[in-house]
Amino acid sequence: MSELLKLDKITKYYGNKSSLTKAVDNITFEVQPGEFVAIMGASGSGKTTMLNCIATIDRVTGGHIYLEGQDITSLKGNALNAFRREELGFVFQDFNLLDTMTGYENIALALQIQNVKVPEIEKRVSAIAESLNIKDILNKYPGQMSGGQKQRVASARAIITEPKLILADEPTGALDSKSARMLLESFRKMNETMGATILMVTHDAFTASYASRVLFLKDGKLFHEFYKGEDTRKQFFDKIIEVVSLLGGDVNDVI
Amino acid sequence: MLFRLSLKNMKKSFRDYAVYFFTLILGVAIFYIFNSLGEQTVMMEVSKSGRDMIDVMADIIDAFSVFVSVILGFLIVYASSFLMKRRKKEFGTYMLLGMGKGRISRLLLCETVVIGLISLAAGVLLSQLMSVLVANMFAADMNKFVFVISAKAIEKTIFYFGIMYLSVMVLNTFSVGRCQLIDLLRAGQKNEKIKMKNSYLCGVVFIISAVMLGYSYYRVSVRPETVASTNSILFIMILGAVGTFLFVWSASGFFLRFSMSSKKHYFKGLNSFTIRELNSKVNTNVVSLTVICLMLFVAILIFCSGASINEGSRQNVLGHTPVDLNVEKTPVTAGEPDPYTREPYTQAQENNWKASIEDSLEEIGFPADKYLKDMVCYNIYSDENLHMREGLGSAAEVMERERPNFFFGDSEEKLVTVSDFNRLAALYGFGQMELSDDEYVAAANFEDVVKYRDMALENGTEITVGGRVLKPKYTKCRTDLFLNMSNGNMNSGFFIVPDKAVEGLKIKSKQMAANYKAENKEGKKEVDQILADLDKNPASENVAMSVTTRNQIIDSSVGTGAVVVFVGLYLGMVFLLSSAAVLALKQLADISDNQERYRILRNIGADEKMINRALFTQTATFFLLPMALACIHCIFGVQYAGYNVSFYINQNIVPSIIITMGLLLVVYGGYFIITYLSCKNILSQSSS
Repeated sequence: MSELLKLDKITKYYGNKSSLTKAVDNITFEVQPGEFVAIMGASGSGKTTMLNCIATIDRVTGGHIYLEGQDITSLKGNALNAFRREELGFVFQDFNLLDTMTGYENIALALQIQNVKVPEIEKRVSAIAESLNIKDILNKYPGQMSGGQKQRVASARAIITEPKLILADEPTGALDSKSARMLLESFRKMNETMGATILMVTHDAFTASYASRVLFLKDGKLFHEFYKGEDTRKQFFDKIIEVVSLLGGDVNDVI
Repeated sequence: MLFRLSLKNMKKSFRDYAVYFFTLILGVAIFYIFNSLGEQTVMMEVSKSGRDMIDVMADIIDAFSVFVSVILGFLIVYASSFLMKRRKKEFGTYMLLGMGKGRISRLLLCETVVIGLISLAAGVLLSQLMSVLVANMFAADMNKFVFVISAKAIEKTIFYFGIMYLSVMVLNTFSVGRCQLIDLLRAGQKNEKIKMKNSYLCGVVFIISAVMLGYSYYRVSVRPETVASTNSILFIMILGAVGTFLFVWSASGFFLRFSMSSKKHYFKGLNSFTIRELNSKVNTNVVSLTVICLMLFVAILIFCSGASINEGSRQNVLGHTPVDLNVEKTPVTAGEPDPYTREPYTQAQENNWKASIEDSLEEIGFPADKYLKDMVCYNIYSDENLHMREGLGSAAEVMERERPNFFFGDSEEKLVTVSDFNRLAALYGFGQMELSDDEYVAAANFEDVVKYRDMALENGTEITVGGRVLKPKYTKCRTDLFLNMSNGNMNSGFFIVPDKAVEGLKIKSKQMAANYKAENKEGKKEVDQILADLDKNPASENVAMSVTTRNQIIDSSVGTGAVVVFVGLYLGMVFLLSSAAVLALKQLADISDNQERYRILRNIGADEKMINRALFTQTATFFLLPMALACIHCIFGVQYAGYNVSFYINQNIVPSIIITMGLLLVVYGGYFIITYLSCKNILSQSSS
C-alpha cells in the first residue's frame, strides 16, 4: 500500500428517504505521496462535501477513507481531533486567520496546539516565513494584510505542522489574479521543495492548472481525471478548459 | 400568530435569555423581599420595640427603593438592548420577508410582556425562599414562620417593574423604528480594530493613577481624620474613581506586553489566543470595567461594614446589660418649660422630682418591693465649673480639632461618689474602687473619646470639684466601667470622686439599677409589660422618669443592627447583581460575536478540552479582574468605614468577612458559572 490517501466507494447523502440528495455518490480514487491534486466541478457537484469528509469535518454515509492505511471514518472524539491536528493542514477560502493575533502568532498557534516548545516554534516559523516570502508581514495583524498575504500566512500555518496531507478549499476564491498566482507559486513550492501532498478543491481552471493531476466531479460522481504529465502549464490549462466546457457552466469563471 | 412566534423565539434563543432571566428574577426577588419585609415579619414573634425598628426600616427601604429601581431599570434596558443587538439579523429577515416595523414592534411587545410576567412570578416565588433567610437574621422564632404574600409589596413590585418594562418597550420600538434593513442584515459583520496604545503614555498614566490611588488609600486608612467633611469625602471619592479609571486604562495597555514577556508561557497551548482575546476585551471595555469595579467595591464595603456592625452590636449588648432595669430621673423646676412640650413644669412635677425613685414608681402603680430586688439608688452630680473642656484639660484642644463631632466642650461632666459607685459596682460585678480624698478616676469606653480622656490623664490633668482640686489616680481611663446600661461602648465619660467633694453640688440625675424578682423568662416579660404600661396611668403625668430595661436594649440593638444590615444588604445586592449581570452580558455578547474564532481553532485541530479551558480562563479572568481591584480598594475602604462607625465595630470582624465572602461567592460565582456554561453552549452549538 504505497498510496497516501485512498477513498473507497464513499457516499454522502443528505435529507431523508422521501427527498434524498446524493452529494457524494460512490467515489473511489487514490492519492500518492507528493502529489498535487486539484478537484474541479461546478457548484453543487459535491467537491466541498468530499473535502469535508476527508478533513473529518463531515461524516460519510458509506464507504471508507484511508490515510496511510488508517481508516479515518472510524475515528471518534479526541482521536479525531488528534488526527486532524497531526496529520492534516487546512487552507480555506476565507483564510480563517484569527484577527486579534499577528501573522506570527497565527502560524505559531498550530504548533502550540501540538505542544511544541518555544525555541522549536521560533525556528520553524522563521524557516517557513522565509520560503513563503512572508517574513516582513509576520508582525502585522490580518486586518493590515492583503488577501494574498493572508492566504500565504494561512498556508504557512497549514504546512508548518508538517502534515501528511494539506487540504485547500477554494484557496484562490477570494483573491485577485495576481495574488492568486503568488499563492499558487507558494503551493507549488510547498509541493515540490517541501514535499507536501496537496488536495485542492477549486472551480477555477487557472488555479487547477498548477496541480499535477485534476479530478472532475459532476453530480457527486467522478466524471473524469487526467495527469499533467509532461505538458506545459498552458497545455494543461487548455485541456482542463475543454473538460470544463464539456461539463457545462463555469467557463465564465475562467481567468 | 404573533404570540406563537414570540414564544418560539424565546425558546429558541433561551441561551441568550438565560442571563437576562436570571437577572430579572433576582432583581424582582430582591425588590419584593425587601419591600415586603414589614408584612413578612408580622407573623413572627418580634417584640414591640423590635417591631418599631422594622417599621423604621420599612420606611428607609421605601426611600431606597426608588434609587434601586433606577439602577435596576438601567440594567434591564441595557440587557434588553443587548438582546436586541443579538437579534438584528432575525429582524432583518422578517423585514426582508415584508413584515412591517409595526408588527416587529408588536412582536417585541409580546415578548416583553411574557418575559415580564414570568420573571415577576418566578421572582416572587424565589423571594419566599429567601424570606426564610431574612427571618433567621431577625432572630425570630422559625416555628412561627408562615409564608405571607404581601399584597402591598406585590403591587409595588409590579408598579416599579411595570415602568421598567414599559421603558424597555418604548426603547425597543424606537430602535426598531430607526433601523435600516441593510444595517440589520449586516449586523453580523464587523471589523476588528486593533487599538495599540502608546506605551510611554501608558507608563505615565499608570504612574499618575498609582499616585492618585496611593494617595486616596493613604488618606482613608492612615489619616482618616482628614476625611471628615463632605468636600473631602467627595474629593477622595472622585480621586479614587478617576484613579481607578486611569489605572484600568493604562493597565490594559500593559496587559499584553506583560503577558507576552514570558514567551514560554505565552506560546503554550491556546494561551496566546486567550491573552489576545482578553486584551481586546479589556481594551474595549475600560469604562464599563471601571464602573463595575467601583460598584463591586461599594457592594463589598457595604456588606462588610453592615455585617460587622450587626455582629459587633450583638457582642456588645450582652456585656453592657448586667441588670434587668435602669431608671433615671432628671431635675424639674416648676415654671421652667419642658424641653419637648414647651409647656411649663407644674409644682406637682417638681415635687415628684424631689421624691425618691422608689416613691415615684409606687405613685404610678409600680411598687418596687413587689417586683424588684437588688435595688441600688444613687445620684449623679455635676459641677457648674466642670465641663468636658475642663475635664479634658489640654487634650480638649486636640479633640476639638481632630474629632469635632464628638466634642461637647460645654456639657457638664458627670460625677459619682466613690461609695455610690461601689454599691453599683457590687451589683454590676465590677471590682470595688478605693480612692484617696484628693484623687479621681475617669471612666469612658466610647472609643473616640477614650483616646482624649487618656491623653488628659497622662498629662495629669487636675479637676476642681466643689472647690477641691483632684488629681487622676490612673494614667488611663477605665474602659470597663459604666453607669447606665447601653447597647455598646457608649459611655463618653464620668468621674468617680471622693464623697466629700460633691457636698453642696447639684444633682444632675437620680438613678436606680435593679433586678426583677421574677426569675424565669416569662415572669420577666410580664414585668417588662407592666413597666411599658405605666404610661397609661394618669399619675404618670407628673413623673419625669426614663425607664430602660435590658430586654428593650437587646431588642432595639438587634433592630438597629438589622436595619443597617438590611439596608446594606439591599443596596449591596443590587450593586453586586448589576455588575455581575453587565459582565455576564458583555462576555456572552463577545463569545457569540466571535464564534468564528472558535470554529477556526477547531479547524486547526484544537480539542474541545483546550477550547473549554481557554474559554474558562478567559471568562474567569474577565470576572476576576474588576473584583480583584475592588477587593484591594476594600482593604482600605473598610478601614475608613471602621473608623467612622467605630463605636460599633471593634469586635471580631472575621465572621462578617466570612458572611460577605459567602454572599459574594453565591451571587458572583453564580453569574460566572451561568456565563461560562452559556458560552460553552453557544460554542458547542456553533460546532455541530
